Amino acid sequence: MSEPLRYTYPVNGDDFMSAGGVSAVVKKTLRELGFDKDIIRRTAIAMYEGEINMVIHANGGVVDVEIYPDRIEVALKDTGPGIADVELAMSDGYSTAPDNVRSLGFGAGMGLPNIKKYSDEMRIETQVGVGTTVYLTIYTKPKA
Amino acid sequence: MEQNTFHSVTLMPDACKGCISCMKRCPTEAIRVRGGKATIISERCIDCGECIRICPSHAKRAVTDGYEQLERFRWKIALPAPSFYGQFSGIDDINYILTGLKHIGFDDVFEVSRAAEIVSLFSRKSLAMLKDTMTGPVISSACPAVVRLIKIRFPALCANVLPINEPIHIAAQLAKQEAMQKTGLKEEEIGVFFITPCPAKVTSAKYPVGSERTYIDGTLSATDTYMKMLSALKNIKEPENLMESGIVGINWANSGGEAAGLLFDNYISADGIENVIKVLEEVEDEKLNDIDFVELNACPGGCVGGVLNVANGYVARARIKTLRKYLPLTKSKPVEQEEQNAILFWENNLEYQAIYKLDDDMAVAMDKMKQIDQIKNSLPGLDCGSCGAPTCHAFAEDVVCGLANEHDCIIRLRDRMSKSAPEVIPAPFRTNEKESEKQ
Repeated sequence: MSEPLRYTYPVNGDDFMSAGGVSAVVKKTLRELGFDKDIIRRTAIAMYEGEINMVIHANGGVVDVEIYPDRIEVALKDTGPGIADVELAMSDGYSTAPDNVRSLGFGAGMGLPNIKKYSDEMRIETQVGVGTTVYLTIYTKPKA
Repeated sequence: MEQNTFHSVTLMPDACKGCISCMKRCPTEAIRVRGGKATIISERCIDCGECIRICPSHAKRAVTDGYEQLERFRWKIALPAPSFYGQFSGIDDINYILTGLKHIGFDDVFEVSRAAEIVSLFSRKSLAMLKDTMTGPVISSACPAVVRLIKIRFPALCANVLPINEPIHIAAQLAKQEAMQKTGLKEEEIGVFFITPCPAKVTSAKYPVGSERTYIDGTLSATDTYMKMLSALKNIKEPENLMESGIVGINWANSGGEAAGLLFDNYISADGIENVIKVLEEVEDEKLNDIDFVELNACPGGCVGGVLNVANGYVARARIKTLRKYLPLTKSKPVEQEEQNAILFWENNLEYQAIYKLDDDMAVAMDKMKQIDQIKNSLPGLDCGSCGAPTCHAFAEDVVCGLANEHDCIIRLRDRMSKSAPEVIPAPFRTNEKESEKQ
């Protein structure tokens, strides 16, 4: 297997307006590589949700993207508060977003569930007080 | 109909100074400067007219067919866009403008706003049904620059575009049908001419997005028509009563007008090509799934902001507000069902054109992308445009695709020169490090 394309993007904390910027750049790259529109869309949505989570909860972080011909792997890393109860955090509509964030229309508690929904594999590594990394994989062809 | 070669937007090489203004503004990175002149990459051009707007040398033009084309026909019909009504000052009745058109060589007029009302009526009826077939909002298909942008840059959104012909095409078909009945002439003896505010509609008049043939025989610029009309208007004592559209149709001239004609509130409207792109990115990321309808216009303020107009778009918008004041909401009669299906709907679906794809073979594409990343990392990242590409990234792409030479970067030339001949580098381009070395 050949070496993947590797990219690292910083995500600024407290910057709702530019959240989604990373997703736009990755969309452009995937389009130029000729990935299917459905793969591009799923990657973009899952990444956007991850970006917003980092902005809301963790004062930003870093997104690592690896592109292989058969899959796209994304790691969303932050050094935020960590998630105390991952199972609870994964349930639809559960949110710990503060009121000021909700008033902007974010924090509906669908971030992690949506990442799961739009990716093929998802894994969370988290430690309270240390940070969270969300790993997600999107396969470009249905898995055999 | 597929078209890749015809564009209304055209460069006049003699006037171009190679200043890179247009290249930096182009939303699809369709312009390069080569040999001191701008060149347009045809397949990327969406005819939005941004380069015409920005060019300080007036070296970009929107080409229309011109008035001499009227001679080809026995019966000539003008199709004025509603934005055209906003070009005139001191007029309180649209009938003056419509009558004026009959004084400058046309036998009849058919308002595009009349067809727009039919689209509004149909959209109102079918929006809920259409929305059920897609993820996210229905996107307006009225601005051909936006539709072409979606076609080349937003693959996932091609299915969201309202599959209805632009009002100009519906107007042209109805105008021909009515004229054939009225005059007894054959279809080919009747010439239908659209008075256009923008280059995008010139291109779409020739090559409609959703069908194989066009019923529009030619396009005339709003500016040319305005000039001809000025003297004609003075001679009109009593205008004919020619108006057959109302507020809903006239509103299409302005951004938000098409959406307002849906008579519900759950829509957004955005105008100006950069704003349009931002909204489309959000729709693609499914951030706007709770919205039912998205109206997008490439020009600021909507069609009143088109580059072929005479009046400032904001002035035109205010004039149209006054003109529509005492009009009925709508005047259009619904078209018969069977007839409606034939003239309203696209024959073809909107197909994504992967023109930015680096290679058909993904392994090759990935290899090229690696080279692009490598070259990009060696570039200064200033996006200065001096190499003739709009950004360092675009330049790296051009190098890998064999369209530019890596040594074209002027900043890298400076770095090489600073070793071999530092004295020839002008002061502003010297690095601080070099400055301190000299002292």
